[in-house]
Amino acid sequence: MNAPAPRPGEEGPEPGRDDPLRAVALTAVDPHGGGVLVRSFPSPERDALLASLRALLPTDAPLLRVPVNVSDDRLLGGLDLPATLRAGRPVVAKGLLASADGGMLVLAMAERMARDTAAQVCAAFDAREVALEREGIGRRMATRFGLLALDEGADDDERPPPALADRLAFHVGPEALAATRGCAPPFSAEEVAVARARLPGVTVPGAVIEALVATALAFGLDSIRPALQAVAAARASAALAGRSAATEADAAEAARLVLAPRALRLPSSEPPPEPEAQDEPPEEPPPEEDRSEPEPPPESEDAGEQEIDPEALAELLLEATLAAVPEGLLEKLSDAAPRRAGGEAGVSGARTKKALRGRPVGVRAGDPGPGERLNVVETLRAAAPWQPLRRREGAGRRIEVRGEDFRVTRYSQRSATTTLFVVDASGSAALQRLAEAKGAVELLLADCYARRDQVALVAFRGTGAELLLPPTRSLVRAKRSLQGLPGGGGTPLAAAVDASLRVALDARRRGTTPLLVFLTDGRGNVARDGRADRAAARAEALDAARAVAAERVAALVIDTGRRPEARAAELAEAMGAGYQPLPFADAAAVNEAVRAATPTPGRGS
Amino acid sequence: MKTTYPFAAIVGQEEMKQALILAAVDPSIGGVMIFGDRGTGKSTAVRGLAELLPRIRVVEHCPYGCAPERTAGLCGACTGRAKDAPPPKSRQTTVPVVDLPLGATEDRVVGALDLERALTVAEKAFEPGLLARANRGFLYIDEVNLLEDHLVDLLIDVAASGENVVEREGLSVRHPARFVLVGSGNPEEGELRPQLLDRFGLSVDVTTPDDLATRVEVVRRRDAYERDPEAFAEKWKRQTGKIRRAIEKGRERLDAVDVPDATLEQAAGLCMKLGTDGLRGELTLIRTARAAAAYAGDEAATAEHLRAIAPAALRHRLRRNVLDDAGSTVRVEKALEEVFGA
Repeated sequence: MNAPAPRPGEEGPEPGRDDPLRAVALTAVDPHGGGVLVRSFPSPERDALLASLRALLPTDAPLLRVPVNVSDDRLLGGLDLPATLRAGRPVVAKGLLASADGGMLVLAMAERMARDTAAQVCAAFDAREVALEREGIGRRMATRFGLLALDEGADDDERPPPALADRLAFHVGPEALAATRGCAPPFSAEEVAVARARLPGVTVPGAVIEALVATALAFGLDSIRPALQAVAAARASAALAGRSAATEADAAEAARLVLAPRALRLPSSEPPPEPEAQDEPPEEPPPEEDRSEPEPPPESEDAGEQEIDPEALAELLLEATLAAVPEGLLEKLSDAAPRRAGGEAGVSGARTKKALRGRPVGVRAGDPGPGERLNVVETLRAAAPWQPLRRREGAGRRIEVRGEDFRVTRYSQRSATTTLFVVDASGSAALQRLAEAKGAVELLLADCYARRDQVALVAFRGTGAELLLPPTRSLVRAKRSLQGLPGGGGTPLAAAVDASLRVALDARRRGTTPLLVFLTDGRGNVARDGRADRAAARAEALDAARAVAAERVAALVIDTGRRPEARAAELAEAMGAGYQPLPFADAAAVNEAVRAATPTPGRGS
Repeated sequence: MKTTYPFAAIVGQEEMKQALILAAVDPSIGGVMIFGDRGTGKSTAVRGLAELLPRIRVVEHCPYGCAPERTAGLCGACTGRAKDAPPPKSRQTTVPVVDLPLGATEDRVVGALDLERALTVAEKAFEPGLLARANRGFLYIDEVNLLEDHLVDLLIDVAASGENVVEREGLSVRHPARFVLVGSGNPEEGELRPQLLDRFGLSVDVTTPDDLATRVEVVRRRDAYERDPEAFAEKWKRQTGKIRRAIEKGRERLDAVDVPDATLEQAAGLCMKLGTDGLRGELTLIRTARAAAAYAGDEAATAEHLRAIAPAALRHRLRRNVLDDAGSTVRVEKALEEVFGA
């Protein structure tokens, strides 16, 4: 595989191409300070990246893979039943978190990781210990590990839980990863080993810290962690270079590797705010008592090292980071402005716990009853350690199982409903009606919120339909996109039905149950190809509606016409949908109608 | 044991620190819920709490840490002993700040049959759980919104009654479990059920500081701590001691703090204006104001104290208006303006 990376317009080894490999090297120097998030489908480059991590870690350091559906037992640890029975005393089986001490965990398919799993990983990572309180065992096990998450998300909505992403210093995107093709690892295992030994003695001058914090802020990184990670990266970089204190070069490397790929906005074009900001604030330090005595001296670290000019450094970092911000980020940011910070946590939506379908996510103690299924194996496992005691108490049977032993399987269902509002913003739905429709949607939104449903919004007018808001649980966003909705133009009803069906099927693939709520008078007058042709528009709309029925997507048509329209009712019928005229119907009635139409997926008994 | 990051060294986040301190001054305020962005030091603050709390005396070998000088609200064994004349042997210890980790199973939380004893000597013995350990102290749940519902219900129940009742494996045990419940969570990770939220006395929102100087200070201190936790903690020892003594004094003074009628009226007015349901809000408001006065060394709880603590005491009790962009903090501030005048 020696085809030189054939990127158009590229000549010779482009600087920065091996950045992901550098990130891995820095992580190998300081696993706990770094951590890598690799967003890419499986690829030879990804394998190479993992292999280079393995090669750079000490040979005895564990590098353990955490499957996406890992059970609490495997993750946190638990009772080792065979060993316990053999030994006649409780024997603890270490979980992955504790076993990774001194090494790293590789999180597979991080974009699908459940939030509670992520929270457990993060808690152990932060506290450097596993708190095990399970099934008769209470242990605290010290563990210090690094994280590498593999994110195979395909689109923007498939992201690892934000809490996890926030703890990973180096975010490597698919393009950056692909660019590493053919790159040689920039550091050898020996260099990394030397750097690791040197690391504790490496200082980071105050000026470098200031400049990194300022740069993180300038690029819209609100969380404080990226700044902390950049400081750690600068330290690791200095250790790799054989320096005892981080320099401008280390700071630039840290900014490029940690801050640039995560930039959420570009620094305002006005003269860099850093220098001024740095001049005054020391006067208004945090709370006075904080400053009063243990004034944290900027650690007499400048000893011997050359003076670093914070202003110049801040500017340098800004430029270095700017140059490394991935292409296309600007455009992406401009339409994703409100969804900063990742918004929803991956695809793991609200999960109904009391369900018999979905993915089993472990067991819990409890009586099997309606809506709960006895897990026989786990029940016997739970009963096993107590057998000697019960036998002594005079139980005659060979195996005595009691109520306390019952274990039921918990299922997790990424269910909830995705309610997709399809709003007719055409001229025929006169402006006043549009306002009413918006009002109704707002009310419905509040209800969706209470049920923790996801909502999405499609609007149609003129010649096409547009997904204004992909499924989200953020009400504020839904409300905002609704408010900004202009009215007027033709009624491309067929296109609207097509588009909403696509969104609905997509939502279904993600494991939620879609519900379409159309707010329209049903008077389509624009055909799929954009022509103003009433007859074709009507036929096509009915056609599209039948496709909705065929896919068995639940739907409701709320007629926003001045008086109940045959057209809207017709549309509803073709869709197999409920029908509710809005005129005179107060918002509460509409709400009722939607509630009645809402499918109830696995919402236990 | 790893040295924890000192509470006193947390930069800013005054409201969170105040809420935790006041809950330590008067545990009857009823728990603190901390909402906040990622990386704002929520867990750090709670874990640092242990160091701040004045030490307590506990009965030797009592797994529930019963107070030797008391005669009521004790565990079974200590209640029996309290009737006898000689006071039990006791020792000084730190106030427990117990972590309830995610993934904890119910048996570990409420207590269950001692597995080790059952296996080794085939003997039935009760092994107290986390609730027992938290008695007279704090019980902390990080990411409380991710905790299993049945555990949450159980905690609410115990926190309200102050007693843990265990009926398992033919064991029947009841023991005191009086603790201050502290929860933290990131609203982005999921909402908290209103029933649970309402059980917390105080609720604070923490945000990442947005000014550069503060952020630099946060990173600097964190960096210094990471490099040498012991030295860092040593540097902040005096500050920590100062807060501890203030809490101690506040506790002693608490009963003597006067709550004048004017303050009571203002509290009632505030709750009326905001339409908070039930008396819990009003009660919390008054208790917290009194604790604030005690901590500050003032003789009476005044409008000033009320004003300072009202957002924390009330913001989670407002009727939800999910479409109202103005946060509940803003609504409380507005009501404060109206009741106290500009």
